[in-house]
Amino acid sequence: MSRARADEEEYWHSSKFRAFTFDDEDDELSQLKESKRAVNSLRDIVDDDDDDLEKVSWSGEPVGSISWSIKETASSSSSSSLEGRDTSLQKGSSSYAALPKQVSSYSLSNLFKGRNRLPSLPSLSDAFSDTGAKNYAPELRRPKAEYKDYSNDWSPRDTVRRMQRGKVCSLERFRSLQDKLVLLDEAVAGHDGNVITAVLIFLKRTLRREVLFRELEVRQVALCHLIHFLKETGEQKLLLDLLRFLDRTEEVALSQYREHLNIQDVEKKREFLKGCIGLPFSAEDISHIQDHYTLLERQIIIEANDRHLEMAGQSEIFRKYPRKASILNMPLVTTLFYSCFYHYTEAEGTFSSPTNLKKTFKIPDKQYVLTALAARAKLRAWEDVDALLTTKNWLGYTKKKAPIGFHRVVEILQRNNAPVQVLQEYVRLVDDVETRLNLATKYKCHDVVIDTYRDLKDRIQLMAYKCKVERGSAEEEKINSLLSNMQIRWKN
Amino acid sequence: MASTARRDAPEPPDFGILKRLARDQLIYLLEQLPGRKDLFIEPDLMSPLDRIANVSVLKQHEVDKLYRVENRPAPSSSDQLCFLVRPRVRTMRYIADVVNADKMSGRSRKYKIIFSPQKFYACEMVLEEEGVFGDVTCDEWSFYLLPLDEDIISMELPEFFRDYFLEGDHRWINSVARALQLLNSLYGPFSRAYGIGRCAKMSYELWRDLEEESESDGQGRKPEIGNIFLMDRDMDYVTALCSQVVYEGLVDDTFRIKCGSVDFGPEVTSSDKSIKVLLNAQDKIFSQIRNEHFSSVFGFLSQKSRNLQAQYDRRQGMDIKQMKNFVSQELKGLKQEHRLLSLHIGACESIMKKKTKQDFQEMIKVEHALLEGFDIRESASFIEEHIDRQVSPIESLRLMCLLSITENGLIPKDYRSLKTQYLQSYGPEHLLTFHNLKHIGLLTEQTAGETLTAVESRVSKLVTDRAAGKITDAFNSLAKKSNFRAISKKLSLIPRVDGEYNLKMPRDMAYVFSGAYTPLSCKIIEQVLERRGWQGLEEVVRLLNGSEFAMADGGLEEGAGGDAQRVVLAVFLGGCTFSEIAALRFLGKERGCRFIFLTTAITSSARMMEAMAEAKA
Repeated sequence: MSRARADEEEYWHSSKFRAFTFDDEDDELSQLKESKRAVNSLRDIVDDDDDDLEKVSWSGEPVGSISWSIKETASSSSSSSLEGRDTSLQKGSSSYAALPKQVSSYSLSNLFKGRNRLPSLPSLSDAFSDTGAKNYAPELRRPKAEYKDYSNDWSPRDTVRRMQRGKVCSLERFRSLQDKLVLLDEAVAGHDGNVITAVLIFLKRTLRREVLFRELEVRQVALCHLIHFLKETGEQKLLLDLLRFLDRTEEVALSQYREHLNIQDVEKKREFLKGCIGLPFSAEDISHIQDHYTLLERQIIIEANDRHLEMAGQSEIFRKYPRKASILNMPLVTTLFYSCFYHYTEAEGTFSSPTNLKKTFKIPDKQYVLTALAARAKLRAWEDVDALLTTKNWLGYTKKKAPIGFHRVVEILQRNNAPVQVLQEYVRLVDDVETRLNLATKYKCHDVVIDTYRDLKDRIQLMAYKCKVERGSAEEEKINSLLSNMQIRWKN
Repeated sequence: MASTARRDAPEPPDFGILKRLARDQLIYLLEQLPGRKDLFIEPDLMSPLDRIANVSVLKQHEVDKLYRVENRPAPSSSDQLCFLVRPRVRTMRYIADVVNADKMSGRSRKYKIIFSPQKFYACEMVLEEEGVFGDVTCDEWSFYLLPLDEDIISMELPEFFRDYFLEGDHRWINSVARALQLLNSLYGPFSRAYGIGRCAKMSYELWRDLEEESESDGQGRKPEIGNIFLMDRDMDYVTALCSQVVYEGLVDDTFRIKCGSVDFGPEVTSSDKSIKVLLNAQDKIFSQIRNEHFSSVFGFLSQKSRNLQAQYDRRQGMDIKQMKNFVSQELKGLKQEHRLLSLHIGACESIMKKKTKQDFQEMIKVEHALLEGFDIRESASFIEEHIDRQVSPIESLRLMCLLSITENGLIPKDYRSLKTQYLQSYGPEHLLTFHNLKHIGLLTEQTAGETLTAVESRVSKLVTDRAAGKITDAFNSLAKKSNFRAISKKLSLIPRVDGEYNLKMPRDMAYVFSGAYTPLSCKIIEQVLERRGWQGLEEVVRLLNGSEFAMADGGLEEGAGGDAQRVVLAVFLGGCTFSEIAALRFLGKERGCRFIFLTTAITSSARMMEAMAEAKA
């Protein structure tokens, strides 16, 4: 070993500022492991099997369960008085209070004190080896020397193996690029992501980024680890540089766009989104980003206006139906619903009008009708519902049309407690006979049921239905007159 | 596995020891910081911790107050702080902030971080960067395995799914290997190992590495588990995406089972409070219905209620002495049964109510159509309407993924229009979610003339081999093709229907999906165990594009292992669902073998979709 090397080594071992050794206090590790074994053998003494006798508090959480207790601590920590805290602790552990206070008599750490420093490990492990038929931690039987070894001459492979087992390893001696890469490849071959990342942290610190990037380009597994590491540590700038280097432009764009999630202030967010429009998204996504920006821009305008209107108390709709939440950062469909609810009659020119939204964002007809219907039905504006579903053909005839299917229309109206007269008009328009009968029966649209059975010429069903309508009602009369109608050729 | 003579499945080994091991180690770690201390617990660790220790155990070891690790300054006044955490960068920053704030105010305390299940180098790096490296001591709590039930062991690492399958990070493979090592040392040696998937293979290799150097003295020990089967979640996404209809799966989908217990809200308990219920084999009612198709649960429960009523009614004709006996001997049991019965009936009602509201019937119909590959247009428009009506962001996503994966990707027109409508309904930021889904292969767009040739699959297989990883990820994208239709045909996953499928007397594993589909993951396991290897399944393996392996260790031959040869440890990397568990339990009963489940976490379609969503930081 060269002199310089030895010096360096001494530095790393003596200095308090160990630059890059993944030190885990080797001693403690082995100590821990041998203790684990000893602890296991003590199980019979210590085990008090208290989980069989779980007490359950009124809230259903077992008394003494950890989540229960955290709730307790949290609620008590707000009261600053010491007394309050104490009582809550008592309450929190009725089982604990009853326990004899002789905890330390079998305190485990007492048992181990002084022992783990003894060099005579074999005898200690011998003492425990017969206690159980099973060997819980076989690695403890290895000579202690192995844990103590600080030699820096580990091969890359051994270095990786040691790191996988959580042992100390200085990486500083891997100085040539060749050595570094061999180490990295070994780490990847070892399948332990923790070690791969550790090597990458070392490489990132000791290599110029272009060199690192270049080498990672042909090492996909390692590359994934670095990208994930950069995401987790929030090194956004380096991440973007890396993605640019790799020509992953779409990811560059998405990664930048992602930052908007962390911006609270809407004005700032809007500005940020504006900046995102120029990013190298795929052609398809560009329009989504553009829409996102436009939507937020609209929402800011609408929000300012409506808040003003609501405060002024002049507008009836806002007085009658105060807003539950701000419209900012809501999805487009929610915004459309909002606008159909509060701004339905506005001219297309205003930003808050539904038609304007529909046009700007090219909302499909189906989506529009569905949303407008829900909004108007919620307000019980049945004429609007009627108008929404009415179309005029070129001859001027009107016709009912629903791009979403009339069974959905019925469902929406019903959910908003539409009266039977309104409901049955649309139930009648349901195409599928079976669905129509089902809906009509379910929602007591007697007329539709009766008419449908008449059209089906189903006398038996019609007769059976008679008992479902009120006695002496118009419906009953209608059924009677149909049943006695000689013109109808019943199929049964 | 002999399918002729029906034998009783062996009893599962006792996994209680795993809990005791974890608890004892935790106690030891707490005692490493003598004196009174406050304990900060990572929220994710609270439920698992609850299952192995309780507050009185912590109090006995001088834990004073308990806090949740969250993004708020710590109100603790203790001189010693102990943090029980997952190895995460942001948690490290939180702890560093606590330490640095103390330093600023000239306060000196002792800090200890206990990482579970292991420490990551990146975490130490953050501590070093934040200038608190020497101020805190670090320890590891090797709590890899939590037995949730007599046959389910969970690693409680839901992040495994995203970390490995989306980010390509191998950080948890070591934990899996160590978990296997522990199980092998306690219940092994496993004499046969099978597996499919890249992660399965890597975990297996790392585990073997660990075993080799540990000079295991397992020789001569009588094993309790003879076989082990490892499978990557990405071998079968379809099963995990289907709506669950066995009771336990439905309860999970509806109420979310967390760490083996569920919070039944007021709508179930028909009172004004929630009740936390442990769902496992100890629950006499639950254990009888958990694996049943939902349709047979009602009948069972009402039969049970009638029996219970009859038992109560016996009181009527009793004299004093009999009554005394009744009260002292039977009443407690009856009351307990009554309590459980009313809870599960309440749960059923609540499930029914929710499902009817959501057009569940129609949704199931669409799912079955997708699985069988007919009426694709109708299904696509059902999904579209689902999105337009803003029914549920997670459900909409799930259906899109199911459509994509069964069809080998969406046709470009559908992809564009569904994506656009999704963003309009649920928010533009889901652009990021779509990117993730595409990356992981759950929701893709078909590109012209794309089929996986034998050559390509061979090349991409190279990537999976040891020391490779140097080939560009052009091949990875090839690996993302699902080929579901072809696999389904090859393994006949869609049962031929002759008449009605009797869900009360199931004849195969397909019952867990109403007889419409046999879960692919379970079918693979069944086939491989039956053939004792992959012979004859070459085509399936090629279509799955997984790296399969089968190893037989030691000289253990037929009969030598006894019952252990009929115990199979099924390891799901990336999570398994309750439907899969039910299916394999059924298979085990049929074939006289016992499946033990080891999963990185219990998963469900919703959990998978949520893992893909981009969270607000």
